[in-house]
Amino acid sequence: MTRQIETDALIIGAGPCGLFQVFELGLVDIRACVIDVLPMAGGQCAELYPEKPIYDIPGFPQVRGQELVNNLLEQIKPFETPFYFNQTVVDLEILGTREAPRFRVTTDDELVVDTKAVIIAAGGGSFQPKRPPIAGIENYEGNSVVYAVRKMETLRDKKLLIVGGGDSALDWALNLQPVAARVTLMHRRDEFRAAPHSVEKMRALAAVGKIDLRFGQVTALAGTAPSLSSVECRGIDKDLFNIECDVMLPFFGLTMKLGPIANWGLNLHENLIPVDTEAFETNVPGIFAIGDINTYAGKLKLILSGFHEAALSAQRVHRIVYPDKRLTFQYTTSSTKIHKKLGVVS
Amino acid sequence: MEINVIDQAGMAHTIGAEPGASLMLAIREAGLFIKAECGGCCLCATCHVYVADDWQGRLPAKSEEEDMTLSEACEILDRSRLACQIEMTPALNGLIATIAPHFL
Repeated sequence: MTRQIETDALIIGAGPCGLFQVFELGLVDIRACVIDVLPMAGGQCAELYPEKPIYDIPGFPQVRGQELVNNLLEQIKPFETPFYFNQTVVDLEILGTREAPRFRVTTDDELVVDTKAVIIAAGGGSFQPKRPPIAGIENYEGNSVVYAVRKMETLRDKKLLIVGGGDSALDWALNLQPVAARVTLMHRRDEFRAAPHSVEKMRALAAVGKIDLRFGQVTALAGTAPSLSSVECRGIDKDLFNIECDVMLPFFGLTMKLGPIANWGLNLHENLIPVDTEAFETNVPGIFAIGDINTYAGKLKLILSGFHEAALSAQRVHRIVYPDKRLTFQYTTSSTKIHKKLGVVS
Repeated sequence: MEINVIDQAGMAHTIGAEPGASLMLAIREAGLFIKAECGGCCLCATCHVYVADDWQGRLPAKSEEEDMTLSEACEILDRSRLACQIEMTPALNGLIATIAPHFL
């Protein structure tokens, strides 16, 4: 069902730069909402390196990816920002005029957002499942090759081949084993990255023949597309074998793709969005790009650069949202108005 | 020092490399395309390369972490490595590496 909302500014991407953009907009009284393809905030910091220390965040000699995200979420709490997760912006319609831009943004979860400004903070693009480069795989995708399980029932009594050695592969092998006619788990080697208790459970099921555990890589698909009948595999010792299956579920992690951003009429340079360095605005007035996704002379892909970009873009967004109001620059240390916004004084 | 890199289109390039930096950074600095989306943290396997057969034994062995992460790459061979985990040293002068195919 379509949901329609209205906001001053829409931020695409809930990574560190998108989160700090919420803060900078909030300071100048701009209501923002945030859309992200992942199920949680944090972008690459949360998805790729939650436990890795970062050493170049000003004021933090060392901070882990997830810690930084948690701190940013804490920092923007006063603004009670709506987040819309698990969805990708698929369409961006330019309405309004150059002077008074308006946009209508639609996601693949039927969310429609009317907004005065759009800030793209999408990092390397949206996280999508890695698709194995097997010839003809696109003819099976969505039917017998799937990268996510929406309803387990659709896989009942099917012969499943789950590929991968991480948590997703192991969790789904365990969850689907009681439902499926047969579960084969294939990984390239006999070492698993998944949580040890899942690995133990899986091995116990394999030992009693309830899961087939195989080692190797899929090299080809066989069937009458879109129906799969078997896959061809190469084992660790280069031995070739087939596995019969109705559905293959590859779990090789996520990769970043620019996706629909390419279709919004923005200038692009090698999959990056060129911006001016005064407001980090794109060639379309009212659409801004900050963080890893933008490019300009001297650009460095650092989180700290994205923070700076967020502060400056907020100034220009203010002009769009409040064309008649003059923006007086204020320090968070000394401004009582800001203290009220942040809830530190009543 | 110089190394030889074969890009995804099969073109060979001789590029300069700085001892102490990773093979991934050397490839990127030379302007060749390597996805390396986690930026060299050994987390994403998108800097997957094949090293030439006769170079395999001359590289430091894979760490357990590298081998684990390599599982998220595709078309893995015995000579598969993650370029972000190979540190350039003078001993690797002349190294031949091929940037491996990507996931779609």
